[in-house]
Amino acid sequence: MVTTASPAQRRMETFALWALLAAGALIMIFPIYWMFATAIRPKDQIFSASTGILPTGWVWRNFADALNHMPFLHWFWNSTVIAVVAVVITVSINLLCGYAFAKFRFAGRDVLFLTVLSALMIPVQVIIVPLFFVVSDLGLLNSYWGVILPRAAEAFGIFMVRQFMVSIPDELLEAARLDGASELTIFRKIVLPLSKPIIAVLIIFTFMWRWNDFVMPLLMLTDQDMYTVQLGLNLLKGQYNTEWTDIMSIALLSLVPMLVIFVFFQRQLIQGIAGTGLK
Amino acid sequence: MVPNALIHETATNDSPTSRLSGWWVSYRSRLTPYLFIAPNLVLFSIFIFFPLFFAAYISVHEWSLIDTPLYLGAENYTRLLTDYQFWQAMKNTVLYSVATVPTSLALGLALAIGLNRKLFARTLLRSVYFLPVVVSSVATAIISAWLFNDHYGVVNALFKLIGMQPISWLSTTQWALPSIIITTLWTRVGFCMVVYLAALQSIPLNYYEAASIDGATRLQQFRYVTWPQLRPTTFLLLILNVIHSFQVFDLIFVMTGGGPGFSTTMIVQYIYQSAFASSEMGYASAMGIVLFLMILLFTLLQWRVNRRTEDFL
Repeated sequence: MVTTASPAQRRMETFALWALLAAGALIMIFPIYWMFATAIRPKDQIFSASTGILPTGWVWRNFADALNHMPFLHWFWNSTVIAVVAVVITVSINLLCGYAFAKFRFAGRDVLFLTVLSALMIPVQVIIVPLFFVVSDLGLLNSYWGVILPRAAEAFGIFMVRQFMVSIPDELLEAARLDGASELTIFRKIVLPLSKPIIAVLIIFTFMWRWNDFVMPLLMLTDQDMYTVQLGLNLLKGQYNTEWTDIMSIALLSLVPMLVIFVFFQRQLIQGIAGTGLK
Repeated sequence: MVPNALIHETATNDSPTSRLSGWWVSYRSRLTPYLFIAPNLVLFSIFIFFPLFFAAYISVHEWSLIDTPLYLGAENYTRLLTDYQFWQAMKNTVLYSVATVPTSLALGLALAIGLNRKLFARTLLRSVYFLPVVVSSVATAIISAWLFNDHYGVVNALFKLIGMQPISWLSTTQWALPSIIITTLWTRVGFCMVVYLAALQSIPLNYYEAASIDGATRLQQFRYVTWPQLRPTTFLLLILNVIHSFQVFDLIFVMTGGGPGFSTTMIVQYIYQSAFASSEMGYASAMGIVLFLMILLFTLLQWRVNRRTEDFL
């Protein structure tokens, strides 16, 4: 904004604003820090309420203990399989579908597009009961597919892909068609290489949604062998004797994939959210 | 035109089999877009559209999973009207939405405006505010339950430090919902901030220059330039946040389980309990349909109101 205040006054103001924002940032980061501080704290100090903000000891063994106490690595494996397979399926079919809506003229296109968009208005939470029966009748309860398939089609992704691909020049595709390339070849050799930015965004968001998902696994996975990280965390939280160092260690480990994505792909995360306001 | 005529000529000179293959080629190329869309459409039909119709069907039946569904007509819906717990869940949901939505938007906007200025470590500050967006609801609930722990929580430790009475956050009906609301704000402000930041950056700078030449104060600039320019963004965020608040489940399920008592039970949690704890599939589905209609109505209403006010301006 353009201001008319004197430079000195403006500097003071800027500093006050910065101090305020920095204080807010400390509050925002504190819960994550506290999770870490609790995870590495000596177990006998957890319940002495007056322990300071700084770690009193660095007990890295707490992590090893927590891993010994519960099958976290198994949950981690289940979550990884579900998230990775879901990413492959969702991203592929969203790209195909978005491409068709962006670059083909065909009868019923607008109606079909509206149909896809209307899926956005049906949150999974309002159909949990019938969805449970559908998955159960398909014999997919307690299987990876029971969690992957119901949310494999994602309207947000289709919408984003369509917006992105509309700007690919038609001449490029026509030229390839005249050269006799098949539609699938055109899609693979021309469209996909041009769509790398949107593919990155799709992969990151789909992974995040699946990794953090709780409702689907809660409904479909009752066998503890099939538990995902999120279900495992919920199980720990519900246990009567609450071992907070264990819980915080596990919760922290559950965040690792998302923190890695956050550090390396923040640009794509922000781009995806700012672009269509999706979460 | 010329190549077309050429193709035509060669086609007539050719044998019937290649004419058939020519037909097949054009048929296939017309089929292509449908084939590209098919996987999504099939999945949507099985896992979204069919369940919605199925929910409507179950909702007019009494069904406890084991026996065959018994037709009830509108009875499940009329039962909602007099179900004290349903209204309590509805009240909680509305209260939760009213407390979380405007606050998230206001804080997000304030942060976006602040962090849109040139400041020391601006990128780092933005990242920190944005970080909770990637943290799962379950992990958030667990961290929060530990921070707000009645006896050993750091929040109460802080309260004691500054000489205030500690509060039983999660074990009293009075304070459980506020704890959840605070936690929700933690997860949402970064999201609103990012969307607002993108919108702020797309406002042409010369609007502000023109306004300041006209002698507009900073407050006036916000009132007459920034705010109107952000209207579509505010509208989008409003809808998204209301929908998120209305369908909230994970966070509260893990943090308080809807308690103590019924004080933090939201609609989705009540649907879940009615279906999977009390085995009242029909009743739970009726609630699902009502929630769906509410979300739908709100989206359409807001869309119309927003369009009308834009016509006025």
